[in-house]
Parts: sequence; structure tokens; C-alpha cells
Amino acid sequence: MKLKQLSVFLENKPGRLRELCGLLAENGINIITLSLADTEQFGILRLIVKDYDQAKKLLEAKGFVAKLTDVIAVEVNDQPGGLSEILAIEEASGISVEYMYAFVIKSGEKAVLLFRFDDMDKAVAALRQAHLPILDSVELYQRAEA
Amino acid sequence: MSTFVVENRIWDQAETLPRGELAALQGAKLAETVERVQRIPFYQRKFAEAGISPGQIKSVDDLQRLPFTTKADLREEYPLGMLAVDRADVARYHGSSGTTGKPTMVAYTRNDLNTWANLCARFLTGGGLLPEHSVQIAFGYGLFTGGFGLHYGVEHVGASVIPAAAGNTPKQIMLMLDMQVDALVCTPSYALNISEFIIQNDIPRNALNLKYAHFGGEPWTEDMRTRIEDELGILCFNNYGLSEVIGPGVSGECAVRDGMHISEDAFMVECINPETLEPVAPGEEGELVFTSLCKEAMPIIRYRTRDIASLNPEPCACGRTSVRMSRVTGRSDDMLIIKGVNVYPSQIEQALLRVEGTAPHYRIEVDRPDRKDVATVKVEMTEDRFSPSVKEMQELKDKIDRAIQGITGLRMNIELVSPNSLERFVGKAQRVIDHREKG
Repeated sequence: MKLKQLSVFLENKPGRLRELCGLLAENGINIITLSLADTEQFGILRLIVKDYDQAKKLLEAKGFVAKLTDVIAVEVNDQPGGLSEILAIEEASGISVEYMYAFVIKSGEKAVLLFRFDDMDKAVAALRQAHLPILDSVELYQRAEA
Repeated sequence: MSTFVVENRIWDQAETLPRGELAALQGAKLAETVERVQRIPFYQRKFAEAGISPGQIKSVDDLQRLPFTTKADLREEYPLGMLAVDRADVARYHGSSGTTGKPTMVAYTRNDLNTWANLCARFLTGGGLLPEHSVQIAFGYGLFTGGFGLHYGVEHVGASVIPAAAGNTPKQIMLMLDMQVDALVCTPSYALNISEFIIQNDIPRNALNLKYAHFGGEPWTEDMRTRIEDELGILCFNNYGLSEVIGPGVSGECAVRDGMHISEDAFMVECINPETLEPVAPGEEGELVFTSLCKEAMPIIRYRTRDIASLNPEPCACGRTSVRMSRVTGRSDDMLIIKGVNVYPSQIEQALLRVEGTAPHYRIEVDRPDRKDVATVKVEMTEDRFSPSVKEMQELKDKIDRAIQGITGLRMNIELVSPNSLERFVGKAQRVIDHREKG
């Protein structure tokens, strides 16, 4: 039940992010959601796209370093407490969040949280046990395109 | 500008020998040196390969028949393959930085140390040192020859030394003020730091008693001289040396300050085209080559310094008869001097290899913003190296940082860049971009 995230290295150089987004746009690749981790010297762009293999090839052809990473998508109600419940479950299992980001499908109704945990398999098991809705890729793309 | 005037003084009579006498002295000492190096297996081999027997070397004209010695040779003979005396006769060891993390070791007998102190006394005297002066030495004391070389030179003149050693600028200035120091010895870039501190802290110029400074250890420029002289109100003198030859004391400026007088009774100098190895015309730039004439522990034959400079055989107004060398304007290899430390790009490569196992593409950029050398190493990312975790990427940077520090002893900025973003080269790679002003 893990999803593929496309992680891209961005050196600290003007225009690099725009170049990347332009490339995806030209090829009709829609970014479902993204997150940018930045440091003083470089950034790491994390992308959720449907055609990640194609996107990876396109980016690599233009000199970007890209990697596919497993993440977990969890659907929650778009209301206070949605995230804290998940974090409490993982904390109880001794699992830490490496990073996370989120997007709202329809304001006030549903949101999708994307997680990278230090122990992904254990994290999936813990969420399952708590009966939290983990989205597979088909479900995620459906939600995004709805 | 400085109000201090350096009178023309000469330390010993060897500095003013008529050229004919000098050549005869050099010839005799060269023959002795060639005899002495026969105790070193490396030179026995070299002489055999060149088909030369020591007895054939009789005068200065025979010098060019002798084989060259390179830094690579010295590295291969690490640590003491080049020693021509018993270890019991060695009085001191020094070392210079090398490309492999191991220094090149050099050795001195008691006589060598006396010779060395005397050579330093020459350029110190030429550049203002009097027995009543106190001299603050802000060079590193250690394997580096700068600190100890100048230290004993100053004492040899009969002046007093304040061995402040490198670093801790506020303390340097405190000593300079409280001890009313007459002269400063350091690298020119460190003098810029000192000057900057004095200006920033509004220390009045007349609170200092500083009159002059002797700079060495790295190339510098006339612009830097003008700047330091204006800011500190002192006279600055250039000197040159390298541990493989003896350390500081190979050459230095006199009061005229138009080139550095080479102590030719102690070293024979040549200036060659580094490609053809043929001598260049007087005044033309080439690689300096030195042969020691009076070293006992580690005599050296035709050592290729890789330093680019020119030679001026014209007589100097100061009365010294020796050939003068220009400032060092570059290198015939890719060595860099950063914060006074010798660094080869190959050291960076080696450090990167230690981190990842493969030789990646990298570039070293050196600049001198705010008067301090700053080196940045740009390393290309590969898919293997890239981790989507910021923490792991920071760890990678830290690993590279530590590996470079471990090998060069220097802290450099590490910058990770995209693959294929660094320029590719056909043939010899241009790994270094030096933005610092040239001499």
C-alpha cells in the first residue's frame, strides 16, 4: 500500500524549479501535490505525479537527479484532529515521521496526508490495525482527479 | 604610508662576492654536494641512469648535466630516503604538506640549522632588522618551516623574538601594543586580517610601534603590499623559501625592494621552461629549480619547485651581487595555497573517493572575500549519492567536509550541484577556479 514519490535534487541556482515545472507542464504531467525541503545550499523537491516513471525519465534527460521513494497516503477528514490521531498511533508504535505533507481534496470534507516514516512497513501495519484508510495509487489518483 | 625608513644594510660578505669568485665557490661546493648525495640510493640510481660519475662534476657549467629531483621523488622516498647523514646526526626535522596526507619530511644537521639561521638573518637584515628590535612571529610553529626558520634567523641577528605563533588575532594585537613590537612576521593574508582588526577596533595607528613586516609562505601582490603599507603605516618585505630546499631564507628583498636576492653561495638557481626543461632567457618567466650547495642532512639536486617566477641578473643598487627573483606569479602544477596551506586538487579527489568509492566530478573555487581565503568544493550529485532525506544529504556533506579536512587540514565549503553541471574537459581537467588577485 505504498505509493511512489518522485524526489528531485535541486541545487541552489535561480530558475531550476521553474525549469522543472515547465518540463512537466510541456509533457502534460500534472502535479497532484508537492513539497519542497530546502537547506542553505540545496533543495529536495518531493512530487506526487501519476506518470512518475515518465516524469523521472524526462527530468533525468535534462540533468536532474531523481529518485523514487515510497510514501504512505492516508485519507482523513478535513477537520481538527485528523493528523494528530495518526501521529499518536505511530508514536505508540515507536515510529518517527521523516517528513510529511498534505493536500485537501475538497475543503471541509477530505484531506490526504502523505508520510515518510523511518519504518514504512511497521507504519503501514500500525495504521491498518487502527483501521485508518490508507490509499493505494489508484485511489489517490481518483481522489485527485475528482 | 610608512614614515619608517630602512637603511641599506648587508649581513655578511658572501652577499657581495664578485660574480667570478661566486662562480668558483659554487663550482667547488657543487662538486662537494654531488659527492655527498652519493650516500643516497635515490641519487646513486639517478646518476647511474644519466650515466654520470660524481667526479665529472667540477664547475657550475656542469650543473645542467645533473638529473632533476621532483616532489614525487621526495614522496616516494618518504620519510627519510633522502637523508645523507646518520639519523644520529640530525638535529631537527620539518615537513611540508603533500598530496597524500603524508608530509614530505626534511632534516637538518646542527650545521644546517646554523646555515639556515644565517640565511634568514640576511634577508631580515636587508629588510630592516636590527639587534635592538623585537619581532612578533605569527607563523605556525611546527612541521612548517616558517615559524622556526624565522625564529632562529631573528635570534641570529641578536634581536628578540615574540613567538606568538599563528592565529588569535586579538591576542596578536594585544602583544603588538603592549610589547611595542617593531616588526611582524606572518603571511601577507594574515597581515590583512590584523590590519582589518586594528581598523575595526579603532586602534590608533600611533599606539603601535610597528615599523616593518616580513611576509612569506604564499604568493601575494604589489596591490596587497600597497594596501597593508597604507593601512598599517609600515614597510613590507617579501621573502621566499620552501622546505625541500631549506625553508625561508632561499631569497628575500633588500631595502631597494626590487626582487628577492637569492643566496647563491648556498643555492644554485635555474629558471626553466617546465615543458622543454630548457633554460629561459633572463627576465623571462619559468619554473625555478634549486640545487643546494651547503646542506648536509638533505642535499638536493636540481629540485623542481613548480614555482613560476623570473630571474634578474642585473646588479642591484644595494651592493649585493646575487641574482634576484621576481615574485612567484603561479605554479607549473595545480598546487593552491589556501590560508598558507599547500593544497593539491588531487587531495580533494582523494577525499571524495574516501566518501563514496568513485571519483566524481568536482571543482574547487577559491576567493578572498573579507580578506580571508575561502575555498568552496562543488561536488556533482549522482543518483547513487542522492537521498530524498535532507538529513542524509547533510550527512553526506558533513562526510565530505570531514574527509577534506582530514587530508588537507582545511575547512572548505561543500556545495552539492546537479549532475553534468560542471564543465567537462578534454585532456587535463581544469579543476580549480582561483578568483584571488594574482601577483
